[in-house]
This record gives sequence, structure tokens and C-alpha cells, in this order.
Amino acid sequence: MNNIYENEMKIEFLSKSNNEAFARIAVASFVAQLDPTLEEIADIKTAVSEAVTNSIIHGYEEKLGVVKVVCKIIKNEVFIEISDTGKGIENIEIAKQPLYTTKANLERSGMGFTIMESFMDEVEVESVLGLGTKVTMKKKIKSNCKEKDFAMSLRGEE
Amino acid sequence: MEIDYKKEDKQLTFKINEDIDECCVQKIRRKLDNEIERYMPKEIIFDFSDVSFMDSAGIGLLIGRYKLATMLGGKVKISNINTTIRKIFEMSGILRIMPEIKNTNKEVQYE
Repeated sequence: MNNIYENEMKIEFLSKSNNEAFARIAVASFVAQLDPTLEEIADIKTAVSEAVTNSIIHGYEEKLGVVKVVCKIIKNEVFIEISDTGKGIENIEIAKQPLYTTKANLERSGMGFTIMESFMDEVEVESVLGLGTKVTMKKKIKSNCKEKDFAMSLRGEE
Repeated sequence: MEIDYKKEDKQLTFKINEDIDECCVQKIRRKLDNEIERYMPKEIIFDFSDVSFMDSAGIGLLIGRYKLATMLGGKVKISNINTTIRKIFEMSGILRIMPEIKNTNKEVQYE
């Protein structure tokens, strides 16, 4: 018997910037089943928006490609994987630094990875030049009813 | 209309009524710059009461408008930011160049 709560969803969409709102709202709706606080939902939406924006404007630049978002729930933890098959990141450590941007002329702030790292518990970036980039993020939802319910059921409470 | 504005005594107040992300930031930027260049304000106030979502594209937008305002001899202030947007503001250090003003009258009449 598997008592651990698990769920998963996957979406793919074209690298058009008006899909950014769709991506963050879709992830937020999926995560809603964990009963997160408004703040947790807002943090996740912002982090997803940053990662998807990166794929669209840096990964694919002017070209059209597909952005893939996989969202998994395991117990009270959310794992979000956002990937593209765009141009890749040459140096991930430099790209992650606050205020670093390759597109300052477009008024980019260079805050994308900094926001992801401070709004999520863990952020991992894998990238191969010419093949694409994958960002994996994890966040624990603290206000979790299912865990409380589960603990109560173990103790035989209602 | 996604942006309302109000002019008063060389003060220009903008109220943006939509999510600020990469998708819409260029459109917002054009509208703001049109009004700023036409009116040449001494003070620009961004009223965030109707912005429920903003990501780093918004930081880029604000820093760009700050540069423009400074070039024209003006200042930029912000008001009515929600908790999540405040976190982004604090993280970016933007409140040091654009102070927050409290108690902006939400009943102001926008043009």
C-alpha cells in the first residue's frame, strides 16, 4: 500500500510571452490541492514566471520553440521542472549572479535566478550549450492539511 | 485601459491595472514614457494597488523609468504594494532609490 500522496501534471506550450501567465496560473491551480497559503502560491507563481521567461527570451530568443513544465507533488512538497531545447547557458554560475543579464538593453533586471532562489527552497539548473536548459525547483508547502489529516488518522482521531 | 494616470502640480501618478511580466512590459513602457516625456514631471508616483502580480520584468521597467525621470530632473516614488511585490522590491534594493509613500488616497480621480 502506498500512503504517500503523489500527483503529477505536464504542460507544453509555444515560447510566446503571452503564455507566461498561462504557465504560472496552471502551476498555481495544480498546487492548490495542497492548500498552500496565498504567500506560498504567490512565491511559486513568481518563480515559475521567471523560469518560463528565461526559456522564452534567453533560451529561444527570437525563435519559436516549446517550453515544457512538469509539476510533481510528493507529500507536501512541490517539484517544478521547466525546460527548453534552446541555446543553453554558457556559464550557469555567472548567469545566476544577481543583476547579471545578457540583455540589459531590453531593460532586463538580471534578478530572475535570484528571485527563483529566494522564493523556492531549492533551485537546480542544468544546461548544455546548443541543447537547452532545465530548471528544477522545490518548495515545501507548510500549511498542509493532508499531512495533518494523515497524522490524525494514524492516531485514530477524527 | 490598463494604465490610469493623474497629473497635478508637476506630479504624475500612474496606476497600472494588470499583471506586470515580460509579456506586457513593453506595452506599459511605451505608455508610461509617452506621458512622462509629454508632461516632464518633477515627481512620478507608481500606485500598485491594482497590481496583483509582478516579476523581475517589473524591476527592469521601474529602473528604466527611474533613469528617465532622473534625466529629466524628477524623482520616483511608489505606493500601495502588496506582500509579494514588496519581497521583490526589498530583494532588488529598489526601495532605496524609490521611496515608498504611505496613505495614498485610493479615491483619487484618474483621467
